[in-house]
Amino acid sequence: MRKRINNRAWLMVLPVLFLVAMSAVIPLMTVVNYSVQDIFDDNNRVYVGLEWFIQIIRDPELHAALWRQILFSANVLAIEIPLGILIAKAMPRRGSVATGLLIFFAIPLLIPWNVVGTIWQIFARPDIGMAGMSLTSLGLDYNYTANPVDAWFTLVAMDVWHWTSLVVLLVFSGLRAIPEAYYEAAQIDGANRWQMFRHIELPRLKTVLGIAVLLRLMDSLMIYTEPFVLTGGGPGNSTTFLSQYLTRMAVGQFDLGPAAAFSLVYFIMILTLCWLFYSLISPAEEQTER
Amino acid sequence: MKQSQSVVANSVIFVYSCYLILPLYWLFSMSIQSSQDITTNAGWYPKSPTMANFQEIFTNPVWYEGFLNSLTYVLINSTISIIVALPAAYAFSRYRFLGDKHLFFWLLSNRMAPPAVFLLPFFNMYSSLGLFDTPLAVALAHCLFTVPLAVWILEGFMSSVPRQIDELALLDGHSFVHFFCRIFLPLIRAGIGVTVFFCFMFSWVELLLARTLTASAAKPIAVVMTRTISASGIDWGLLAAAGVLTILPGLVVVFFVRNYLTRGFALGRV
Repeated sequence: MRKRINNRAWLMVLPVLFLVAMSAVIPLMTVVNYSVQDIFDDNNRVYVGLEWFIQIIRDPELHAALWRQILFSANVLAIEIPLGILIAKAMPRRGSVATGLLIFFAIPLLIPWNVVGTIWQIFARPDIGMAGMSLTSLGLDYNYTANPVDAWFTLVAMDVWHWTSLVVLLVFSGLRAIPEAYYEAAQIDGANRWQMFRHIELPRLKTVLGIAVLLRLMDSLMIYTEPFVLTGGGPGNSTTFLSQYLTRMAVGQFDLGPAAAFSLVYFIMILTLCWLFYSLISPAEEQTER
Repeated sequence: MKQSQSVVANSVIFVYSCYLILPLYWLFSMSIQSSQDITTNAGWYPKSPTMANFQEIFTNPVWYEGFLNSLTYVLINSTISIIVALPAAYAFSRYRFLGDKHLFFWLLSNRMAPPAVFLLPFFNMYSSLGLFDTPLAVALAHCLFTVPLAVWILEGFMSSVPRQIDELALLDGHSFVHFFCRIFLPLIRAGIGVTVFFCFMFSWVELLLARTLTASAAKPIAVVMTRTISASGIDWGLLAAAGVLTILPGLVVVFFVRNYLTRGFALGRV
């Protein structure tokens, strides 16, 4: 059955529209405003056109942060998505064991992000942390506050710890929705495990995997709190990602103009990526919604 | 196919579980030791367990007020989000209207906005409204990502209720409001539960906005924790105890929605 056309439905959307406009559109306008002005104080502002944009596009530190960001996001996606599929496939499909495992796996997702940072700080410190002490006693020279490679390793391990469960939960719910008959038919046809995964499970997981990749991509591009607590962006700038760099510019140095210009570019970048991705997965979504 | 738990599958689950539990065990173990013990006498298990850290948190107003502040804005946020998202989600799931698809994506796009982008304008806006340093400011700011999420999840759950039910109820002479509150809402109560859970979760875990929009009166627990770090050295035991306590509310809510958890994470779309 098709949805009815009813333009009065707009009335029901109005409250959301109002609220989101208050908390998104007005602030965004302010950002646009800042990005083209040089502000000394409330009564003293000069229109500077695209100057701030040119400045940030030429900022070598920003380029470095961008590359680190891309590397980080690619890294965690490449680990979390396959690992999540693997774990979801290894879980029993039904029963109380499955429910228990789900609740247990969900725990990292419910911990405040700064506490995730704190947990890994306590866990990884070479002097008092379990992982840190173990690595040191194995004779490895491990110190995430001094060595950039160790810092990266710790950050990725932390993100995998924090977010793999999200992928597991999504894939698990997708797997559970596959009717038993599909497997039986495949078995009669003599399909092996890989063929079953490739031709039966994977196509039916398209929607949930789409959501998983979309969420992980967005959130990893915005990561701020966990590295802020764990490494503070260091050692040096080696774990300073885009959000961190932006926050430092805006709140730390009060460079309103460049920070606003950077904000816009940052937002548009994420939006474009997600829009591309959203239009890739939405045909699949239409099918399941019917 | 009979689901057979092979040795390989079990060991995958076992290894992942260990990976999840070890940092949590370490946090807990730290929380019941004194700072003295932690720095001088570290071992695989607490040698002289003490509840002193928890006692400090429950008796020191800075700590327990931090918890109360956080819970306050999380509750306000969940309430607002649900109330505005319900009619909107119904509209998206039942009707086609001018610009509906664009509107839906635009809502989603707010979920993609890096909070760091909105720091300055939020700070200015809530300061000029006189809301700075109140739980309401944080609750409204968090609506930026909880409301789109709520609309998204509720829309998914509502779309799985057949549209014939609406039409039958209206044919039977129920008014729309009566139908919506008495018939429709009970049908999607699982969805509402899951939505509350997600609003709770995303508001509870956020730090950046909460930190920027509060100074002293409405300081959330997460900020109390980060400011303890920058003050006089680090009291690891106390920090760990606070960390343990921040995990508990999440555990409570996840228990209530355990049967709908996977569906919620798939945003009601499975």
